Amino acid sequence: MFFRHETIEKSVILLAVLSLLTVSIGGLVQIVPLFTIETTIERVEGMRPYTPLELMGRNIYVREGCYVCHSQQIRAFKDEVERYGHYSLAAESMYDHPFQWGSKRTGPDLARVGGKYSNDWHVAHLIDPRAVVPESIMPSYAFLAERPLKYDDIADHLKANRAVGVPYTDEMIANARADLEAQANPDGDSTDLLRRYPKAVVTNTSGRPDRITEMDALVAYLQMLGTLVPTTDLRVEDLRQ
Amino acid sequence: MNKADVSGALHAAAARRGEAYVEDVVRAFVVATVFWGVVAFAAGVYVALQLAFPALNLGLEWTTFGRLRPVHTSAAIFAFGGNALIGTSFYVVQRTCRAPLWGGAVPAWFVFWGYQLFIVLAALGYVLGITQSREYAEPEWYLDLWLTLVWVAYLAIFMGTIAKRKEPHIYVANWFYLGFIITIAMLHIVNNLAVPVSIFGTKSYSAAAGVQDAMIQWWYGHNAVGFFLTAGFLGMMYYFIPKRAERPVYSYRLSIIHFWALIFIYIWAGPHHLHYTALPDWTQTLGMAFSIMLWMPSWGGMINGLMTLSGAWDKLRTDPGLRFSVTAVAFYGMSTFEGPVMSIRAVNGLSHYTDWTIGHVHSGALGWVAFITFGALYYLVPALWKRKDVYSTRLVAWHFWIATLGIVLYITAMWVSGIMQGLMWRAYDELGFLQYSFVETVAAMYPFYLIRALGGVLFLTGALIMAYNFWRTARGEVETASVPVAQSAVVPAVE
Repeated sequence: MFFRHETIEKSVILLAVLSLLTVSIGGLVQIVPLFTIETTIERVEGMRPYTPLELMGRNIYVREGCYVCHSQQIRAFKDEVERYGHYSLAAESMYDHPFQWGSKRTGPDLARVGGKYSNDWHVAHLIDPRAVVPESIMPSYAFLAERPLKYDDIADHLKANRAVGVPYTDEMIANARADLEAQANPDGDSTDLLRRYPKAVVTNTSGRPDRITEMDALVAYLQMLGTLVPTTDLRVEDLRQ
Repeated sequence: MNKADVSGALHAAAARRGEAYVEDVVRAFVVATVFWGVVAFAAGVYVALQLAFPALNLGLEWTTFGRLRPVHTSAAIFAFGGNALIGTSFYVVQRTCRAPLWGGAVPAWFVFWGYQLFIVLAALGYVLGITQSREYAEPEWYLDLWLTLVWVAYLAIFMGTIAKRKEPHIYVANWFYLGFIITIAMLHIVNNLAVPVSIFGTKSYSAAAGVQDAMIQWWYGHNAVGFFLTAGFLGMMYYFIPKRAERPVYSYRLSIIHFWALIFIYIWAGPHHLHYTALPDWTQTLGMAFSIMLWMPSWGGMINGLMTLSGAWDKLRTDPGLRFSVTAVAFYGMSTFEGPVMSIRAVNGLSHYTDWTIGHVHSGALGWVAFITFGALYYLVPALWKRKDVYSTRLVAWHFWIATLGIVLYITAMWVSGIMQGLMWRAYDELGFLQYSFVETVAAMYPFYLIRALGGVLFLTGALIMAYNFWRTARGEVETASVPVAQSAVVPAVE
């Protein structure tokens, strides 16, 4: 016999190299094609990068670990589609660094929560969940309403996103701060913001345009979730993988 | 022994002194394992109770479930499990190679303190809201870089020790430990690729996005289970069960097949975390197929572990430490059967997003990982502190039964609540409408969250008993039998 396992058992280098080769194969087969095949990189009408305010809100969502209890991935089941809306498309999370699909629904899915409730409902719910949903077991996030949003480095956040592939333009980066403030100011001019980020919704939860809180950012993010891609006129044939 | 023999023996001992096994570091890892175990179980009990009584977070931002859940999972996996793995691997590799650690004590101490620093800074970060939101890889970029450095040192020590072994063969436990160290390095580096916003800030954005990022994360996530929580602990099984049972490993051939099949197949199983999502069907199907295949090497390993007790089963009656190890292998068998079942798409459609997954994880984490560790610790503590045995065997038995009862309560509560919630989500009434609102399904969880928390309290109690037992053992105490030794059937004399 040419090969004896003994040979591997007597060389730590051989054992290490063969182990590494053995564990590399599965990942290469499953991961690499996802960066090239059409079904996972197709572009869908309506997708755009997050506005600066939405991005900051998303960072708060990540910081608070919302993904621990809320998924953002609607499966193609009748009950899920009826409960939450159209099943999630790959393209809808194409600008999500990192993805927020989650793995547990201690609370409901949020992939299409945008527009389902009013801003006031979200604020009341985040401040005291049991005031609006008595059986809820969600913690209170009242501190978000008090804390001013830190966004001095907003342009750096857009640049870092561009470095990992989000198509923020030079113009978007140069105007990051102005766009963020415009989206939080109900009395301001949002023409430029809407030109750069279609469907952006002006959000101010405190009623004070001079004050941008973490609550504003988080609510702006929640209210845009699942609203970018029009799902009413999607046909099954268009999405078949 | 004459005078010349004595001086000869002393001389030989002195010559060997430079070559003594490094044991102080292993002792430190054992202490850290017990400490972090208690922290992890206590954090688990606290967050479990928060789900039943949300007011328990006291309205503070630092104690919300979202911030504390990673504290619990990281403490359990990386602090408790990680210290157990590194500590036992240092103990095992020296003895099975008959060589002290490569580089001596200093690099090993670097690994110890470097790893504790990683744990403390990671946990502190979670509480303050610094997280990548990648499950089981939450620490931000600067800690990922630090861990990479510590891990490279660990790999160098481990491979260096094997390279200078005095045994011709590399013992099977070391294959599993090495496989674990190498694969974790690969997973850690790829999954944590990210671009920081600023080198002076904590925040980073992951290199991949959306569906690709999800696949990478669950390739990592499932193999954190496969290599951190399985392969590494199988190394523990392959050393401590034969040692404690004083029997050789049941089958050498089976261990070869077990090793290569396990590490090859495990790495493919990740997509079963993404069934029915936007991940392409072919990837999901591959993940499911390999997850089902994984059942075979897993049970091969289980059989190899259990059959090692052939001819020594009677030891289970007298050695409660061994009872932990063997029960661990039984739990391993159970969860590696449950896992493939849950990876089947039709089953996963029901179980995913529910507590069933949480129950499955804990039958593995408490039943397998923690129990195989407890079994190793009950062997290691007397061995490292040079005691004949632990302070009290009676307390080991108490620990065993209390912890086992805790696991049973935990996993049955989660089976029932998980399957119930999955069924409630998809239930329709006679008019064709969804029967339950989401929050009705949350309210229905309440009694099961209480039972689960009780299970956690029992498991924590067992760990505290163990810590007490070790404390007395380290002090060199031996329990004086408080109950009279069972009288051998004394037949009253016939008058």
